[in-house]
Amino acid sequence: MPLAVRTVIDAAAHGLRALTFDQRMAGGLFLLLALLPPLSPVLGGGYLLLIGERAMVLGLAAISLELLIGAGGMVSFGHAAFLGIGAYGAGIAASHGLGTLSVALPAALAASALFALATGAIAVRTRGVYFIMITLAFGQMAFFVATSLAPYGGDDGLSWPGRTLVFGTRLLEGRTTFFYVTLLLTVAAYVLVSRLIGSRFGRVLRGLTDSETRMQAIGFAPYPFRLTAYVIAGTLCGLAGFLIGNHAEFVSPAYMHWTRSGELIVMVLLGGTGTVYGPIIGALAFVLLEEILSRLTEHWKAILGPLLVLVVLFARGGLAGGIEAWRRRKLTPAQLLASLERRARETTAGAGHRAAQIAATSGRLARETATRVGAVWRAWRVVLHHWLGALVLSAKRGAAGARPWATALGRRLESLVQSAERGIAAAVDRWRRR
Amino acid sequence: MSEPILRLERLSKSFGALKVTDGIDLDIQAGETHAIIGPNGAGKTTLIDQISGALRPDAGRISFDGRDVTDMAVPARAHLGLARSFQITQVLPRFTALENVALAVQARSGSSFRFWQPAATQEALNAPSMAALNVVALAPRAHIAAGALSHGEKRRLELAIALAQAPRLLLLDEPMAGAGAEETRGLIETLKGLKRQFTLLLVEHDMQAVFALADRISVLVEGRIIATGSPQAVRANPAVRSAYLGEAA
Repeated sequence: MPLAVRTVIDAAAHGLRALTFDQRMAGGLFLLLALLPPLSPVLGGGYLLLIGERAMVLGLAAISLELLIGAGGMVSFGHAAFLGIGAYGAGIAASHGLGTLSVALPAALAASALFALATGAIAVRTRGVYFIMITLAFGQMAFFVATSLAPYGGDDGLSWPGRTLVFGTRLLEGRTTFFYVTLLLTVAAYVLVSRLIGSRFGRVLRGLTDSETRMQAIGFAPYPFRLTAYVIAGTLCGLAGFLIGNHAEFVSPAYMHWTRSGELIVMVLLGGTGTVYGPIIGALAFVLLEEILSRLTEHWKAILGPLLVLVVLFARGGLAGGIEAWRRRKLTPAQLLASLERRARETTAGAGHRAAQIAATSGRLARETATRVGAVWRAWRVVLHHWLGALVLSAKRGAAGARPWATALGRRLESLVQSAERGIAAAVDRWRRR
Repeated sequence: MSEPILRLERLSKSFGALKVTDGIDLDIQAGETHAIIGPNGAGKTTLIDQISGALRPDAGRISFDGRDVTDMAVPARAHLGLARSFQITQVLPRFTALENVALAVQARSGSSFRFWQPAATQEALNAPSMAALNVVALAPRAHIAAGALSHGEKRRLELAIALAQAPRLLLLDEPMAGAGAEETRGLIETLKGLKRQFTLLLVEHDMQAVFALADRISVLVEGRIIATGSPQAVRANPAVRSAYLGEAA
């Protein structure tokens, strides 16, 4: 072997050893993705690239959510709002003939950052299930606002006149180019979030998740740190929105629906929170499962759902957690299987019971769906009302004087929820009568 | 007498009908080691919580270093130099011992809104943290996750965190609680080494520790201070003997 080649290999091996496990895993994933365009003619053509782009964009969004969930301990159930806001920001600019990188991208990022700042300023004051509910409410607010944007397509969504122009060129129209631009930005987001988590700021954010009491006692007020993290995550997800809008050359309110926010959470949990490569694996796995299962059967969600339940039950820490455990123990595949079997047996009491319940339920499901939808809707209404009441009450209580904006906001939310409820109620009624 | 570092004036706090803190007046002088003793339920932890800012008093005034801090939040008081340990240890379980202390150093040195440079390799954070861990003899365990430390080690880690804050007043809420006899002796030795460098306000059940460490003792019974004075004076006080020491003496 020539000396030069050996030197390069040695340097590469040395560089590889200097990387953390997280970085090596992410690097491997990015390398695989980078190989997709040259391999695509063999592996199913352009369609593969489209799936790859989608997975990367959702991976970018999931990374930004991991910053909130993994580092900040804030489970946002309205994160998809930023996907939509990013896509609408750029799309609306484009529909006014301003679809250039210098306008559309800043518009997407600024709109996301502003929405994050405004909603985060309230949401970040709450913790736990209240945070989940309040982010859900804000996410749905964004969704309803988008459906009412009549000049920009309303319910039907907004078709972009074309992809964002880069310095007057149609650079992003090139399929391979757009693929690599998406990959590059996803890598950038990975690097950014990794650095952030390890920085002074990231330490404080993680410390607050571990023990808020301790952190306050040494002098850290939680609010500014959590709000900053929320704005950074929202802006980053807005970048994903900019990309997904370009990917589809289209944006609709569906991008912001709470089910999409739920999918982002699933990606983070499926991949494994506490790592930065985990969300990328999670997004890849989610998109692949979606693709494969939807080819098998029209009712693919009935398979995907239980599958996700199994992952959450058996692989605490998601796929990354499984990889980590395997790496730690250096198991052979046979041992791995045995240990999985043992864990399965250990959890059988609970899981078996639950599985039986799930089976029994799904048997009855067909008959009971109508009542169930009604029950879920009622439960949702109770929870939202309870939360709204608590929000308005706490806003009132927290203010030295009256805070009219809080009450006004509460009223607006309340009327929004009520109109949503009427819509759901009507839908449920129609469905029952059928 | 010089201006006290901490002054409590007519401090009161009730939970419902229960007066947990009932018009407490107390001065802590800079440099002294002051112990607060009292039977269970006397309101010792509630008092510490009000001094640290975790609880707001219903009435009265708290001055720290000449400043009124009655309405100040916990983090702001920490920045003024008020450090505390907790009766139930509060460490960051997923951080190593060193990182736990490094965060306390970070809190008082430079901005924490730095997003790029890795914090783990900053000597400005790690060197003082290692020094604090050395004081409590925890340096060999610096790279162990705090959640994996033994109970006694967590106690010492809390002390190291408080020391790293460079406190002007150190509130210790039952630092010996749950520690074995051996560990208690070690902790007393450590605190003896610290008492001349720091002002300590100590709540403690362990009488051996209190009489070995304190310059002055206040006895808290049902939310009121019934006696304050030197260990000898308190030990001799008949009211104290009947209310509290009677059972132990």
